[in-house]
Amino acid sequence: MRARRRSRAFHAQLVFTVLVAAFLVVPVLMSITAGLTVNFFQGVKSGLTLRWIGEVWRLYRDTITLSLMIAVACLAVDLVVGVPAAYVLAKARSRWTRLVEEALVLPIAVPGLATALALILAYGTWREFRTSWLFILVGHVLFTLPFMVRAVLAVLSSIDLRTLEEGAASLGASFWQRFTGVVLPNCRGGILAGALMVVTLSVGEFNMTWMLHTPLTKTLPVGLADSYASMRLEIGSAYTVVFFFMIIPLLIGIQLAARPRRMAGVGEESA
Amino acid sequence: MSEGGVAIRLERCGKTFDDGTRAVAPLDLEIAAGETIVLLGPSGCGKTTTLRMIAGLEAPDPGGRVRFGEVDVTEIPIERRNVGMVFQSYALFPNMTVADNVAYGLRVRRVEAGARAARLEEMLAMMKIGELRHRHVDQLSGGQKQRVALARALAVRPRVLLLDEPLTALDAKLRDVLRIEIDALLRRLGMTAVYVTHDQAEAMALGDRIVVMSHGAVEQVGRPREIYFTPANRFVVEFVGTMNRLRGVARDGYLEVAGGRVPWRHGVAGDVEVLFRPERAAVVEAGAGGLTGRVLTAFFLGDRTRLVVEGISDTPLIVETSARTEFKPGQEVHVAIDSDALLRLAR
Amino acid sequence: MATPGLARRDRPWLIALMLPVLVIFAAFFILPMVRLAGVGAGGPRGLAAYAAIVTEPRYFRSLLSTLALSAGVTVLTLAIATIAGVFLQRNTFRGRSALIAMLTFPLAFPGVVVGFMVIMLAGRQGLIGDISRLLTGQKLVFAYSMAGLLTGYLYFSIPRVILTIMAAAEKLDRNLEEAARSMGASAWQVVRDVILPGLRPAFLSAGAICFATSMGAFGTAFTLATEIEVLPMTIYTEFTLRANIALAAALSLVLGVITWLALALARTAAGSSVAASA
Repeated sequence: MRARRRSRAFHAQLVFTVLVAAFLVVPVLMSITAGLTVNFFQGVKSGLTLRWIGEVWRLYRDTITLSLMIAVACLAVDLVVGVPAAYVLAKARSRWTRLVEEALVLPIAVPGLATALALILAYGTWREFRTSWLFILVGHVLFTLPFMVRAVLAVLSSIDLRTLEEGAASLGASFWQRFTGVVLPNCRGGILAGALMVVTLSVGEFNMTWMLHTPLTKTLPVGLADSYASMRLEIGSAYTVVFFFMIIPLLIGIQLAARPRRMAGVGEESA
Repeated sequence: MSEGGVAIRLERCGKTFDDGTRAVAPLDLEIAAGETIVLLGPSGCGKTTTLRMIAGLEAPDPGGRVRFGEVDVTEIPIERRNVGMVFQSYALFPNMTVADNVAYGLRVRRVEAGARAARLEEMLAMMKIGELRHRHVDQLSGGQKQRVALARALAVRPRVLLLDEPLTALDAKLRDVLRIEIDALLRRLGMTAVYVTHDQAEAMALGDRIVVMSHGAVEQVGRPREIYFTPANRFVVEFVGTMNRLRGVARDGYLEVAGGRVPWRHGVAGDVEVLFRPERAAVVEAGAGGLTGRVLTAFFLGDRTRLVVEGISDTPLIVETSARTEFKPGQEVHVAIDSDALLRLAR
Repeated sequence: MATPGLARRDRPWLIALMLPVLVIFAAFFILPMVRLAGVGAGGPRGLAAYAAIVTEPRYFRSLLSTLALSAGVTVLTLAIATIAGVFLQRNTFRGRSALIAMLTFPLAFPGVVVGFMVIMLAGRQGLIGDISRLLTGQKLVFAYSMAGLLTGYLYFSIPRVILTIMAAAEKLDRNLEEAARSMGASAWQVVRDVILPGLRPAFLSAGAICFATSMGAFGTAFTLATEIEVLPMTIYTEFTLRANIALAAALSLVLGVITWLALALARTAAGSSVAASA
């Protein structure tokens, strides 16, 4: 019937989809090119160079290292705080825990701007805190914690936690032994997925960070905004290239981490 | 109210999927107009794929042709083949009421409102679902959903009705009730119907003819009585009904087995293996010329007792008897077998 | 509830494990939010500041532009993502995975970068400008207008929504489409009567998320430095340039409520918790 001959509808949809993909990808390619060519207006003809990347490193090195530091710190906090919280939410399903789950989503539901404003109003007068990178860290933790909790909670909900723990307890394991020996190893997948997501979100966070930052605590996205406004196109592009460089491995990691779970977990509703 | 139907012919229709699995080996099948034919077999045997080829949802491999009457419909997609299809999962539209579901085919063909409403009433009355007309699909029970699915498929006066395991999702009692209804319906409509099932009792009750399939190939085609009493090969024997196996040596007009001997009329001598249906054997008194064995297990089924008897042949035999006598494991029992019932298989 | 003994003995541990999250949340979110509400009501206008979003023409205009922009982006994104998403879900062909990767990788771009992408496409030295000059002699520059903002918002919305639509399309019951076709429905009728209704929960949830994200988006508008005032930009200018702290606080709280409502709608429509993609 329709076997090998592709219909007109197929080709029309294919063209449409390719155009949409082009819309998303072409500017990325353009900016990568711009960041690596000598002169944007003359294009690739003017030659390739790493000069702009060098400039970016000279001007914005601090932002890159700060972003990385905050992302790692954010991940650490999320792990220490979020994983146990996810465990509690998975185990104790009650009105309170549902409330906590809903509440945790709030920092995502509310625009970053509002959260940042609230933080400034509450703690802005505390000078040392306000001007340190910890202030930004707090914002990032609020924003990324729900993703970590949800990723771990998803994994914990899909395994029979109660039976595993009862089995361990029947063999003499204490609470702590159960937690470290049975629960944690079983949420590895969720922790990994959550970790990748947290780092990606932290590195790319702008809405909150723009309000929370000071001239001494600039992160990468803040620097990007700066360079788009005040620097020449090649530098802004090169800076964007650096950003892509950091974020694309993370995105690939997220894709890879997600795939096996989807294949293994699905299948509850067989014929 | 006979709708009539069309004769269907499949010529060399096979189906190989994109990943290389061969679901159906090229088969030929002739279905007479108005006939109900049942495709019977275990899951994976190709029966649903064959049904979908008749429907137009799958195209047969090159060289295969599907004909409705005189017309070659192989290249015609399902939208224009005018078939009525009933799915195992009912496939009712959840966003529409029962009435809208049943009338959908009429609406799609732009039947004008008056005629559409009349036909809708006819269908609702025929399937006795009139009072459900305003309900939504999730408010219906399984049996009700199946009736709605049938009404919907029949509303557009299809040339053939295709049913893909329509009763499998229902519980046993409901299945019996609906089976009788569907049988009556098909008979009344006189429509050509192709019915897919893995339940051999259903197949024998509903089919004018049965096509037994396994691993993509046709094992036997015939009327239910032929399939049951003269199975063509081992697969059919084992799939349809229960069969007992007797192994022994045939000589001097008798078949000698472990538990005794029975008259042998087949003319072949030496080591033989025969089959017979449990209902052709009976439990008799000692000395009445039966074979001797021992009860392995006895299942009390209410209206009868099913005995598993060992010692007569090399494998245990199943025999049924009236339930009044109680049998205990280890008890000696005598079984007489109707010698006409012994079946020798070519394969 | 299994071994009651185990659950009861675990309780102090569970509370201890929950404590850090609760403390952080209370100290750094609840407290500041309460303060925000207080500050919002404590300015020269008092509680009327909360109504300012509708009573003052400037803010009202800002609200309307943001609502219109968000609604427009949502509708467009749903349409584009449905066509492309269902197509990709249902067909296999060479290059399919590459296409999917291209369509979903901008998922994590911050608004600033998206703004930059729009400038690359539609700015003064943009690609579209060059193409249009070749074709018509006129250079088309729209990065700094509403159209540019729309383009930017589309840019970050499409990847998110496509993923959700593709996941929902996977779960559609093919039998329903086959049943419709067996009754004579054409391809378009199948789309209208079976596929689109089947995708409705996904439309509601993805649409609500798209709407909420657009309402609260700041980075894109900031980079494009448009004259179009969207609410987040209005709040920003009130706070930093005009030091109208109370008003900024009030407006941001109102915006927060609007986005939260949209997301609550998404959750009830989807029946489960919102998909956790960036």
